[in-house]
This record gives sequence, C-alpha cells and structure tokens, in this order.
Amino acid sequence: MKHTISVLVENKFGVLARISTLFAARGFNIDSLAVGETEDPEVSRMTIVVKGDDSVLEQVTKQLNKLVDVIKVNDYKDVDYVERGLALVKINVKNSTRDALMKTIGIFRTRIIDLAQDSAIVEITGDEDKVNAFIKAVSSFGIKEVCRTGVVALSRGK
Amino acid sequence: MAELTGAQILIECLLKENVEVVFGLPGGQALPIFDAIHGSKLNFILARHEQAAGHMADGYARSTGKPGVCIVTSGPGATNIVTPLATAYMDSVPLVAFSGQVSTAVIGQDAFQEADITGITRPVTKHNFLVKDVKDLARTIKEAFYIASTGRPGPVLVDIPVDVQRGICELVYPEKVSIRSYKPNYNGHPGQIKKAASIINESKNPVFYIGTGVVVSNAEKEILEISKKADIPVTNTLLAVGAYPHDTNLSLGMLGMHGTYAANKAVQAADVIIAVGARFDDRCTGKVCDFAKAAKIIHVDIDPTAISKVVETDIPVVGDAKKVLEEMSGLVESKKRADWIKKIDAWKAEHPLGYERNDDKLHPQYVIEKISELTKGEAVITTEVGQHQMWSAQYYKAANPRLFVSSGGLGTMGFGFPAAIGAKFGNPTKEVIAVAGDGSFQMNMQEMAIAILNDVNVKVVILNNQYLGNVRQWQEMFYGKRYSHTCLAKRPACPSWCNSPDRSKCPVYVPDFVKWAESYGALGIRVTHKKDVEGAIKKMLEAKNSVVLDVWVEIEENIFPMVPAGKSLDEIITRIGG
Repeated sequence: MKHTISVLVENKFGVLARISTLFAARGFNIDSLAVGETEDPEVSRMTIVVKGDDSVLEQVTKQLNKLVDVIKVNDYKDVDYVERGLALVKINVKNSTRDALMKTIGIFRTRIIDLAQDSAIVEITGDEDKVNAFIKAVSSFGIKEVCRTGVVALSRGK
Repeated sequence: MAELTGAQILIECLLKENVEVVFGLPGGQALPIFDAIHGSKLNFILARHEQAAGHMADGYARSTGKPGVCIVTSGPGATNIVTPLATAYMDSVPLVAFSGQVSTAVIGQDAFQEADITGITRPVTKHNFLVKDVKDLARTIKEAFYIASTGRPGPVLVDIPVDVQRGICELVYPEKVSIRSYKPNYNGHPGQIKKAASIINESKNPVFYIGTGVVVSNAEKEILEISKKADIPVTNTLLAVGAYPHDTNLSLGMLGMHGTYAANKAVQAADVIIAVGARFDDRCTGKVCDFAKAAKIIHVDIDPTAISKVVETDIPVVGDAKKVLEEMSGLVESKKRADWIKKIDAWKAEHPLGYERNDDKLHPQYVIEKISELTKGEAVITTEVGQHQMWSAQYYKAANPRLFVSSGGLGTMGFGFPAAIGAKFGNPTKEVIAVAGDGSFQMNMQEMAIAILNDVNVKVVILNNQYLGNVRQWQEMFYGKRYSHTCLAKRPACPSWCNSPDRSKCPVYVPDFVKWAESYGALGIRVTHKKDVEGAIKKMLEAKNSVVLDVWVEIEENIFPMVPAGKSLDEIITRIGG
C-alpha cells in the first residue's frame, strides 16, 4: 500500500539527512521524496511516498513527529488531496513514427521541450498514474532516458 | 554586557544550568574551551578515555536524575563518545555532550582530527547541533539541556568548531526555551485514562509492567498506591529495579529473559497488562506473537513511538507516567483479587529465585545477596554487562529507584565502573559499588586513576570467573559447550578444544586484580572461599578509599531462570535439564 505523507520541517541544513537516516535506521522504504521551500522561507515541505501497511505508516508518522526539526506531519491517507509529479522523457524519433508520437503526446497534453534529429524530450506533469501511463504509451517508440521527480502534494481546499 | 568568547560562553552557560561536574578529555580543537575552564568555577574531571567520560556522565545522570555533561575534542575524542551516547539513547538518559570541531572554514576538507560527528551520532542521539555561529551558541546550549531532560529524556550532542569557540559575542542566555517543533505532551488524554481505568476495574488478572518511565517521572509512589488499592501485582524491567518495594506480596520481580518464574507466568496469564514507561523490549517479551496473548494492553508512555511499536496496544495513553497515574488513581476501584494473588503465590513457591545455598562453593549470587544485606539495599549499585549484571538485578534488593544503574538496551560492557565514578560524584554521601565481571571490568578499568586522584571512594566487586560468562553460558546451552573465545585465560599453548579449564593450572593472574589495585593506591582484597565473603565485604565497606574486591566465584555458574532468545515466556527454563 502506498502512502503520501507531507512533512513540514525547519529549513535548516541536515534536516533531510535526519529524515533519510530515520527511514534507513527503521527499515522503511522511501518510494519518492520531494523537498522545497514553502510560503514561509524558514519552513520546508517534504512530500514522502512510502510503501507499507497501516502499522508501518503509523510508526513512520510517529517517528517523523519525534524528530526535533519536524514541525508537522500530514498523512494524506483519509484526506482529499492533489498530487503532481514531473517527468522528462527522451524518446526516439524516426520519420516513420513521428506522426504517431505527436498524436500520443497530444492525447496526454504534454509538451515537447527539445527536438533533435532522432529524439525528442517530452515534459509531462501529472499524478503518478498519468506519468506511468504516458511512459507506457510511448515505450513502443523507444525510450532513451527517463528522469522523474517525486510527487508533491497538497490537501484540497474545503 | 561584556563580550565573551564562545568558549567562555559555554562555561558560563554550564554554570547557569547548575552543572555540578563535567567529565571529559581535552584535545587540539577544544583548546579554547579548556583554556576557559582553567581557573573557572567549573568542576571538571579529567577521564583517561572519552568513552569512560561519557559513561561517568551517564552514571551521574541515572543516579541523580539531573543531566550528565561531558566535553571532548574533535575526531577521535568525539567518536569515542558514540558508545556512551548510544547507551544513553537506548535507556533514555539525559546527557549533554560537547565536542570540539575543526574550524568552520575547513569543515569537509578532511582536516586533522576531523569527523562528521553530527552525522555519525544522528541515529544515537535525541538531537544534535553543529554550531556555526557564536551568536547561536548560548541559545543552542539552552535548547540542548531542555531537549535532553524533557519528554522522553535522551542524549544531545553540541558540536562546536574551534573558530566558534574563539568567536566573540555578548552572552544572552535565554530564560525560557520555545521550540515550535518540540512540545512534549505530559498530560494523558482524560478519555483514554478513563477507558484504561474501567478496563482495570473489570479485569480479574491484571499485571503492572513498569519500566524506566516510572523512574524518570518519580511515579513509584503512585504505582505502589494503585497496586495496593486494586491488588495488582507488579513486575519491573531491568532498568526499573528498585522502583517497586521487593518486600510486598505484590512484587513479582523482574520480567523476561532472566526474570522470575512468577513474573513470566503472571504476564502470560494476565487478562490486562498495564505497561507504564516500558517499551516491550525483546528481552522482556520473549517471542512477541506469544506474549500475553489473552491480555488487553494498556500502555502509558510519554513517547508516542513506543506505542504499538512491538506489541499492539489496546488503550494507549501518551503522557507522563506520574501525571497519568495520579489521574488514574481516583478512577481505579479498590478491590481484592484473592484468586489471582493465590495463583501468583503458588508460582512464587513453585520456583523461587535461587541457587545451591547448602554447599561450600562460592556462588556469585551469594556475593550479591551479602552486598544487598550488608548495605540494606541503600547503596548505589552499578553493573557492567553480563552474568553479574543479571545476578545483581535478581538478588540486589535496591531500596529505591536510581540505586540500580545498568546499561539495559545497548548492553554496554565497560559501562559500570565509570558509571560508578559518575554516580559517586552525584551522590557523595552514598555508598557506590560497581559490580563487575572480570571481562567487562577490563574494558574501562583505567579509570581507577580518576577514583584515586579525586578520592572518589568507589568499591568494585569483581565476580571473577575467568570467562566472558554470559556468552559462555549461551555456548554451553545452545552451542554444544563449544567455548569459543570466552575463556579469558586462554593461551596459544592451550589445547584447541577446552571446555573445562583447570583453575589450578591456568594463569589466573591476568591481571592480578589485587596487585593491580595496589598499583593505583587502591585496596585490593581477594576472596576465594565462601566463608570469607562477608568479612571481606564488611572490610570493603569500611574502607575510606577505593577498593577492588576480587571474588573467585564458581566459574561455570549459570543465570536462571532463563527464557532462551526468541522463545515464548512460557518456555522458561528454571535450571539446566529442567
């Protein structure tokens, strides 16, 4: 089971290391992790995706809360939230496949950000499923490289 | 206000925190600090090894309840306190450690005696700091003491680069600390406390399982009161020895691997377990899936992560043990549980703690019993780790908590002797006795110098069996008596297979602890016969200086009862073959 956890932390050096050490020491696996400053420059938000059952999630949340530099932990388990990740996908381009590729790109509403003789880099944002679906859809063209960010997430307004 | 150097600020802050004594060892990147100590009012004790300095601070903290403090230099000085920090972290001991660090300008350049000590100690400290600006130093020190001693206590390390020690600024020591991300919760949730009380009221066979949290929050009176009022038997962890009076019928003694038969039976038969400030350590629970299967679990702990970490909890109460119990006390009904107590009495009678009392052999348990008797359980006993530790926990009847100081979670050999020195600094009027094995004692015995030079007057009782006895016991019981590297007298000339050393032929004087003690100016006494034990302990207690009592005990004595590792508490062995 995948869980998305949003963690507000003090924007200080070493905090990321504390969090990753915690995960490593307790044997929790991080699927993805994204960090960035928030509206308050002294606070960073980390969006962490972990796999595990409820008891793992409970320990993860409690252990995160126990860290002195952690201000707040939000588990999006029972919360309506939106999440977005970004991927850059470098795809093979041939004259014979160009049209088909353009169509696929159009369907997913993605953008080409680099076009060369034999390849194109496509930028796609979306939740994890959409990014996965896109990568699957273009895999028949031949993927040269993929670079993905972890997802970032916010709970929806009420 | 006058401007001070970072080093002077550190000393002033320690004095403002009413730190009575600091243990440590100087070095290149701590020179400004040590220069500031010179001529200051700070009582600094020079250890012979940083590890021992850390354990001294720990022994001071455990025996007094106040934070222990140590100061070391960068690099190896700092890495040498990793073991004491980990020891304190496992057992929730408030420790504040200061380390020197290379200058901020060269951090990361592999400078001489540079180590990333905040990185290294991150998993073994409650929190740590690298102070990069002298302006942050005073506030950081205040926060370090606050974090170490509040909530679930633990060690905090403050790493101070040498240029920060030299840096100059005005000293503003904050009166109060407010850390938005650190707010320990002391008051238990009233609804949860009510639920817990009603479950206790409905229960037939409840058991209190008490740990360090009871000692930390001074909740022993509340436990005593509720247990008596509602007729609830009490078992304790290793670290809570002395937190419940031994002489009441409700006392079960210690639980778990080397706990009493009655305690283990009671837990397994309980319908409610009320865990207070205990963390369901595997040495207590045995095989977790078989632990107290029929029982509802109430867990009172100040640390939310302790709850449902090992054993699924039915009623968690997050809060300070004393505060929660005070509130619970009014809700728990006065009750007699005659059938339950009768069962417990029967278990106690079936397999009481014991050893062969009727022969002339010098059994180690006898030595502990005599110490307990002659000190009336009022001495501070510290232990190393191993068989002697378990015998001390079983047979020393500590009259109060904080009189039994032992490394529980980490099981650190070499802890007990320096911890005893630290404890004596905190309790100058109390008798302090380090009970040691001949193996453990050799890990930090160099600290005798500190005891002698400072007239510390600590007593060391070595239960000398020429073995790393606890490991030997496991080899005897679970590895076909293959005594691999547990004999401390083994030489290359010995037969490769030896599982029964002959004391008359083996070199027993490695070292000769009596001569060794004398070489430091301590009194050395050797006891080889049971009849001489009592007299020797009396002589030791009367001595005005430090004493090493080298007691040649039965070499292959085992600790019983025993629940083998990974087995259920039901599979308790009361003796070999039984």
